Amino acid sequence: MSEWPLYEVFVRSKRGLNHVHVGSLHAADDETALRHARDLYTRRNEGVSIWVVRSEHITATSPDEKDPFFAPSGDKVYRHPTFYAIPDDVPHM
Amino acid sequence: MAVLEEHFERTIEKDRRVEPRDWMPEGYRATMVRQIAQHAHSEIIGMQPEGEWITRAPSLRRKAILLAKVQDEAGHGLYLYSAAETLGVDRAELTLKLIEGRQKYSSIFNYPTLSYADVGVIGWLVDGAAICNQVPLCRSSYGPYARAMIRICKEESFHQRQGYELLLTMMAGTEAQRSLVRDAVDRWWWPSLMMFGPPDDASPNTARSMAWKIKRHTNDELRQRFVDMTVPQAEALGVTLPDPCLRWNAERGHHDFGEIDWSELKRVISGDGPCNAQRVGVRRAAHEDGAWVREAAAAHAAKAAARATGSPDAAGRAATAGGSAAGAGDGAGAAARAGATA
Repeated sequence: MSEWPLYEVFVRSKRGLNHVHVGSLHAADDETALRHARDLYTRRNEGVSIWVVRSEHITATSPDEKDPFFAPSGDKVYRHPTFYAIPDDVPHM
Repeated sequence: MAVLEEHFERTIEKDRRVEPRDWMPEGYRATMVRQIAQHAHSEIIGMQPEGEWITRAPSLRRKAILLAKVQDEAGHGLYLYSAAETLGVDRAELTLKLIEGRQKYSSIFNYPTLSYADVGVIGWLVDGAAICNQVPLCRSSYGPYARAMIRICKEESFHQRQGYELLLTMMAGTEAQRSLVRDAVDRWWWPSLMMFGPPDDASPNTARSMAWKIKRHTNDELRQRFVDMTVPQAEALGVTLPDPCLRWNAERGHHDFGEIDWSELKRVISGDGPCNAQRVGVRRAAHEDGAWVREAAAAHAAKAAARATGSPDAAGRAATAGGSAAGAGDGAGAAARAGATA
């Protein structure tokens, strides 16, 4: 039996918002993947735009290296506004 | 391993979600696969009892509603197969297990739909029971399952309301219509109560599933909740639920109800219900009859890919590329499979 490849589906629910991952489906090609995505994930006006991408084309971080991978941002508290003490009476800051 | 296990336990303890590529105990993965697959199969098989009434719906309005509802069941099945695939299984394999009788689906769909009133009663009682079961599953510890359940629950509300409205309409009709409704309620009430599964003292997996926060309430708790919800709805509809023991217990603050015939549930689950063979047979035929569609679409895609690259033997390669991506999902890509088996 010929298997259809797996696609990941991303839907923009309305203008002004990002596309969000909603799930996956199988389809023979990109065009039918879009149509299947419409039928499966937007039966009630849940979207104004759909992206589909073959799952095998997604590169993801590995859970094993999660902590070291994100470590560079862990110790840089000075990137946050709360790091800086400003007197209470300084307005608009 | 100990570190991974501790991380998993901490995730559960803090009520965080387990995500596809996280390490998880094999028992957790196997339980999730079984539960999600069984749930997906139930949605797909569940298209049949009501689907039989699409051509016989009494008006265009009712036909459009029923068609939309049955399409939703298909959609729910696909959301769930999608969630199952994030655990490293392939949905084609799950379909094979269903049609070979190696995986189960909800016993409720092995009962026949004898009249159009059954469509209404399924929406009211069967989908009502499903909602009771599913709302807590929106907080299930496995992320993709919980997210699928959120989508499903939003849509189930339409299912229940259309059923109840259909019944209200019939109850306001002729005596013959009212008697169809009463007959359907009599036939579906007890099987609906069985949907919550065996009683707690005969449900060996409940404790572990609750500890892992896969389940949030026991079978008996959910069954009681369903009875309490349904009694006033039956009164508003003007029907009597077929249980002489059903009465309000002020002391408990719940309705008491009669003993369920567990031997019937066992019989239907083990394959001896009124429609088991028919349901699986129809599903198998749909799968086999659809093979040429899957093959034709794959062949078309392979040809188109070959034309795009201009290489004559790219067609052959494109045709075989399909199978390799299965089992990842949830934004994780093929690498997920490595994570899933690590």
